[in-house]
Amino acid sequence: MKRNIYILFIGLVVYMTSCIDDLNVVPIDPDEETAETVFTDVESYKQVLAKIYGGLALTGQQGPAGQGDIAGIDEGFSSYLRQYYYHQELTTDEAVIAWNDQTIKDFHNHDWGANDVFIRGMYSRIYYQIVLINEFLRQSNTDKLAERGITDVETIANFRAEARFLRALSYWHALDLFGDIPFVTEEDNVGAFLPRQASREEVFEYVESELLAIEEEMIAPMSNEFARADRAAVWSLLAKLYLNAEVYNGTSRYTDCITYCNKVINAGYTLHPDFQEMFLADNNDINEFIFRVAFDGQNTQSYGGTTFIIHAAVGGDMSASAFGIDGGWAGLRTTSAFVNKFDDISGNTDSRALFFTDGQSLEIEDLSTFTDGYAVTKWKNITSSGQPGSDLTFTDTDFPIFRLADIYLMYAEAVLRGGSGGTATEALGYVNALRERAYGDTSGNITQDGLTLDFILDERARELAWECHRRTDLIRYGVFTSADYVWPWKGGIQEGRATDNKYQLFPIPASDIAANPNLEQNPGY
Amino acid sequence: MKQLYQKLMCFAIVVIGLMSFTSIQAQSITVSGTVTDFNGQPLPAVNVIEKGTNNGAVTDVNGNYSVTVPSDAILVFSSIGFVKEEVPVNGRTTIEMTLAEDIQALSEVVVIGYGTQEKDDVTGSVGAIEEEDFNKGAMVSPQDLIVGRLPGVQVTTNGGAPGSGSTIRIRGGSSLSASNDPLIVVDGVPLGETGIAGMRNPLSTINPNDIESFTVLKDASAAAIYGSRAANGVIMITTKSGGKNAPLSLSYNGNVSIYTVPNTADVLSSDEYRELINNQVAFGNVPTDALDLLGNENTDWQDEIYDTAIGTEHNLSFSGSKFNTPFRVSVNYSNQDGILRTSNFERGTVGVNLDPSFFDDHLKLDVNFKGSQVENRFANQGAIGAAVTFDPTQPVRVSDGQWGGYFYWEQPSNPSRPITIAPTNPVALLEQTNNSATVNRITTNANITYKFHFLPELKANLNLGLDQSSTDGTEFVSADASYAIDDEFGNGTTNHYEGETKDEILEFYLNYTKDIESIDSKLELLGGYSYQSFYNENSNTVYDASESNIKDSLRIDKSEAFLISFYGRLNYTLKDRYVFTATYRRDGSSRFSEDNRWGNFLSGAFAWKIDQEDFLVDNETISQLKLRLGYGEIGQQNVLSRYPALARVTTSGPRARYQLGNQFYRTTRFEGYDANLKWEETATWNAGIDFGFLEDRITGSLDFYYKESTDLLNSIPIPQGTNFTNELLTNIGSLENRGLELAVNAVVVNTGDFRWDAGVNFTYNENEITNLTAVDNPDYLGVFVGGIGGGVGNTVQIHSTGYPRNSFFVYEQVYNNSGTPIEGLYVDQNGDGIINDLDRIRLEDPAADAYFGFSSMFNYKQLTFSFNARMNIGNHVYNNVASQYGQLANVYNSTGYLNNVSPYFYDTGFLQPQYLSSFYLEDASFFRMDNMTLSYDFGNLLSDKLGLYANFTVQNAFVITKYSGLDPEVDGGIDNNFYPRPRTFLIGIGVNL
Repeated sequence: MKRNIYILFIGLVVYMTSCIDDLNVVPIDPDEETAETVFTDVESYKQVLAKIYGGLALTGQQGPAGQGDIAGIDEGFSSYLRQYYYHQELTTDEAVIAWNDQTIKDFHNHDWGANDVFIRGMYSRIYYQIVLINEFLRQSNTDKLAERGITDVETIANFRAEARFLRALSYWHALDLFGDIPFVTEEDNVGAFLPRQASREEVFEYVESELLAIEEEMIAPMSNEFARADRAAVWSLLAKLYLNAEVYNGTSRYTDCITYCNKVINAGYTLHPDFQEMFLADNNDINEFIFRVAFDGQNTQSYGGTTFIIHAAVGGDMSASAFGIDGGWAGLRTTSAFVNKFDDISGNTDSRALFFTDGQSLEIEDLSTFTDGYAVTKWKNITSSGQPGSDLTFTDTDFPIFRLADIYLMYAEAVLRGGSGGTATEALGYVNALRERAYGDTSGNITQDGLTLDFILDERARELAWECHRRTDLIRYGVFTSADYVWPWKGGIQEGRATDNKYQLFPIPASDIAANPNLEQNPGY
Repeated sequence: MKQLYQKLMCFAIVVIGLMSFTSIQAQSITVSGTVTDFNGQPLPAVNVIEKGTNNGAVTDVNGNYSVTVPSDAILVFSSIGFVKEEVPVNGRTTIEMTLAEDIQALSEVVVIGYGTQEKDDVTGSVGAIEEEDFNKGAMVSPQDLIVGRLPGVQVTTNGGAPGSGSTIRIRGGSSLSASNDPLIVVDGVPLGETGIAGMRNPLSTINPNDIESFTVLKDASAAAIYGSRAANGVIMITTKSGGKNAPLSLSYNGNVSIYTVPNTADVLSSDEYRELINNQVAFGNVPTDALDLLGNENTDWQDEIYDTAIGTEHNLSFSGSKFNTPFRVSVNYSNQDGILRTSNFERGTVGVNLDPSFFDDHLKLDVNFKGSQVENRFANQGAIGAAVTFDPTQPVRVSDGQWGGYFYWEQPSNPSRPITIAPTNPVALLEQTNNSATVNRITTNANITYKFHFLPELKANLNLGLDQSSTDGTEFVSADASYAIDDEFGNGTTNHYEGETKDEILEFYLNYTKDIESIDSKLELLGGYSYQSFYNENSNTVYDASESNIKDSLRIDKSEAFLISFYGRLNYTLKDRYVFTATYRRDGSSRFSEDNRWGNFLSGAFAWKIDQEDFLVDNETISQLKLRLGYGEIGQQNVLSRYPALARVTTSGPRARYQLGNQFYRTTRFEGYDANLKWEETATWNAGIDFGFLEDRITGSLDFYYKESTDLLNSIPIPQGTNFTNELLTNIGSLENRGLELAVNAVVVNTGDFRWDAGVNFTYNENEITNLTAVDNPDYLGVFVGGIGGGVGNTVQIHSTGYPRNSFFVYEQVYNNSGTPIEGLYVDQNGDGIINDLDRIRLEDPAADAYFGFSSMFNYKQLTFSFNARMNIGNHVYNNVASQYGQLANVYNSTGYLNNVSPYFYDTGFLQPQYLSSFYLEDASFFRMDNMTLSYDFGNLLSDKLGLYANFTVQNAFVITKYSGLDPEVDGGIDNNFYPRPRTFLIGIGVNL
């Protein structure tokens, strides 16, 4: 009898222990692997690189929505570029929005708070990119490559440099928007730790040092594959950083700005002859673009990026089909302050005056009414030959992060602000090059006397409206919150008013302050 | 899949080998005889034991026994449900025995985890309800049977769709991001973790007519035995089986029900609407262009989408006992249309239950098989909201119109195309969409109990269960639907979806029971092991309507999970008065990494049967009094992701590719994970008394509980820069539920011909999040939840520390002297001159503070009238219909379409939506008459054998509430596009043969 009990129990014990191994699971989904198994060749690294680049355009793994990258926000809203647009444009004279989504009107009203969903969305997007890039750098270091038998080290080295460029870009956005920020690099592994807060100055130096370090590892200007960053993109970002250095760390670096603008200018980029064409569905071979976020109606779908900008700007009596889309979302317009920067708003003289005015009023009585305020027709999903893009919901139109016109204007501004290495004559030449393109002839050209800092701020608006530069420009000029320049509904009142200086920085999201005791909130929030 | 069955085989061999040994009998005289009940019917399965030994026998189906004992032995005759008898043998060789029924004991055996227990001995908080007390009416889904019947158990149907599911909460739910659903165990098979596409409700595949009883294990000490999945309580469903030695019987019942639309959302009629537009244009609030869009029709869109519906149900069962095998076979057919046109639920089920026993009942087998096929057609519920908002001056159809002839809002510049952001014709949504699915499900188990021959106190039990579902569905949108235009791949949609879930369980336990008379004690020891596996697979492919082009190529999602547990339970009863229970379990989950996957959980409980004490045993007023005290810990691991602690990478779909060079690359994403993830732990303290007065004419129980969940599995914002996401499932935070439950049942009148039974139960529950963050930051508001319709991404609820889960989070509306809300004017709570998130306040929450259940049954001779009702107090609802449609901004859209307005506009005059105004938060306390039934038992007709009864039932008879919207009972507390619960009239008959 006892023997049988023993047999039973031995049988049981053997059985039970063998089952315990079942608790060690690996994904069985065909679309899932682990980090240990996914990297088999250069191509598999490139798919991660595509995620990093795609992080500026896409919002999740399914497209257009589904399996979103970040949480706590509608996936369509969570687009990097859409949030960057909200922060850089809705807060300024260039754009207002009619919708009632959460706190979206706080941007133009300058009364956002630390619990703002959109601000958290922007911040989360930035750190999503940074963490992803850090992991990519860890997974592609020399040891890992050797371990995995990857021999094309040179290609991977290019990937790594581009990843670091994209990390520098995101850190620049972070320091520009948020000031002192959490700081993590590839030295910090994934897991439960509390990143320290680095000062704006320190992040500035880090971004600068990273860009200088990768300069030579980047592929030469205009030699890389479509949509991948090259050395000129690094130079452009350096120039941006230096132009705004005084805001970031109180030191003027205009000479450095000119140095890097010159490098870009001499790299062979040319102004595209037709202004409007740069913002159309077939803008994929615009030689003026230095670095772009690439969109495709079939393959790169999200409710952010240019899909958002184009749909949101169409409403009222505007014909959706004229914009290559299946319908407008009736959201974005602009203020009279921006419209008034053009002497002729018809577009017949300055072709950059791209407005829709039928049924729209110049002044805005009610922010929520689409027909209050002129609509902007700069961005479209039709090709230069008038055909709609490949999809009527998701646009083909690429978004330039850096283009030559911006470099020209940065050069001119840096010269006027006292930087050396450039001349006022050359600055005037660059500015007039833009105006000649805009006017189709020299009728819009200005004289050396006309080339003032104020003129450049306005010219930047005319040239670069809705390209996500405006907030940074207004802050550099000291007029973002001040009474020196107000625009309709700045500060939430129709005639506009000065707002608190604290709004020159966005708050660190309260959720991160609650999660990370190392962080200190920006003043005033 | 793992080789579960191979393992099973070798295991079974061990067990069967052991069972083949026969016991050794002592030598003495042989006593035989027959055991019968008072009616002279032979009683099988009576234990006939020589007192003080393990020697004995069990009566066969004819009540016969034969036992060899010393001639001076005492025989003990015992059987559950009968009074125990002791008879000295005194040298006799034949002893006939008649046992008296123990009426009290019969009804008071309750099913607990791994076995049954006399209710008297239960130490935890357990609620039970049996067939005769079930709710009456058209019960498509099992949970409907117990709505409102047990304190602490709240069942909220998710709307009026046929066969739709319910949210069941026991004592408020213990988690934030992990599941708050109780574990449901059907005949020993715990149902799966997840539902499946194409099935409205996992419980709807079970035929309610097969159910004999529900037992709800509410506190940790009771539920602990199912520990790894029992943090939110356990609902155990036992289905009917053929009685031991029962005569063959055939029964049929059937019913026809009529579902009516009780009410619809308030909107303006076409005339009111025209008047409003004209007036508002005159006031300058609406542009004059709106006038050009007005139509000439008078369409009641809600009338177009809702209709009275019919349902039928047939049940046939055959039961009895043959070849020493009690059996029951049942079939069910139900067919129910929904009141939202095009929705339908059709179900067929087969249930088989066999309980054979072998080797003089030493080996018992309990085999259950339930098979079902459900055909669901899901109406496009977008029609509900569209019908509220669609312009009533427009026609349903236009002759010779495009896109199927349904009216649509044309793009002014391109009239053959609809405006994409305009609402879609609700009738077109219903009629041009056909989403139908067939779900097959098998739930089956075999439960083998072996009572050791050499040691009858020791039982081994093996339970093997399988719960498998598969679904095959198609969502079709016709090519001429204006809402599925696709120039690239072809109009319309055909989405083929398939799915499979397969959950298996193996449980083995040993149970040792010993009466130690020398110290007047009873001891029960149980030790066991459980293995559960969960497997899911879903796939779909999307084509155009004609299926000539693929829009989304085949996508397959698969996942699996495993749970392994070891457990032990000790029950010790001293002097039949003091009962102690202790449970220990060690649970392992595949969701956690190797270092963190095991959790150890303890529980203990004590019951004092005060009524057995000398000072009460003869008391004529107090017939029952028991004190119960319990404490227990239970783990929780049921989160949506099955690999939350694993560093996975995923590949993107074809629409989420990014172009580098000339190629579009599928992207590789690292998924966020927490390698240190571990079990969430819920500790429950429970104190209760069970009482009975006047020979149990009044019975009841009162419980106080306190539940605290710590290390919450919680999706919360993590320090940015540390993981591949901004919100991660991690162990942080804690949550409490505190409450009180009271149930009283009474026989109010009993005069022979007339009897009135009444019951009331009451629950009070408080929920509070006690911690949510790593750092205490008063400026952090919390986790925004509770998405609403209107705008994109707007939320009106929040999880924050110190407040109930899902507290409403709104601006405090300012009213003028006449009580009208002033548009856009809110209380500036912090007085900083601006109104932003910091001025929002947490105001109430969707959960009821207290809820009551009422039941009543009047019997007069053969006539019975019964009703069941519920009352919820303090549940709040955000009226999203009012906030979305009760304002003017959406009336006219500049792209060229109109929207109807809700009459709430007349109350507020809001020109712009004020989604976050406290104005829209309403107290939705209610009283609902769930069902009223009149039934008549015709008794035996034709012959003695034919019984006939008939009944008439009204379900959802009426609701009393101050809530201004459609229905005050909204799970989650946000009333938007709610599928109205029908009012049902049902006529049923039943025949027993």
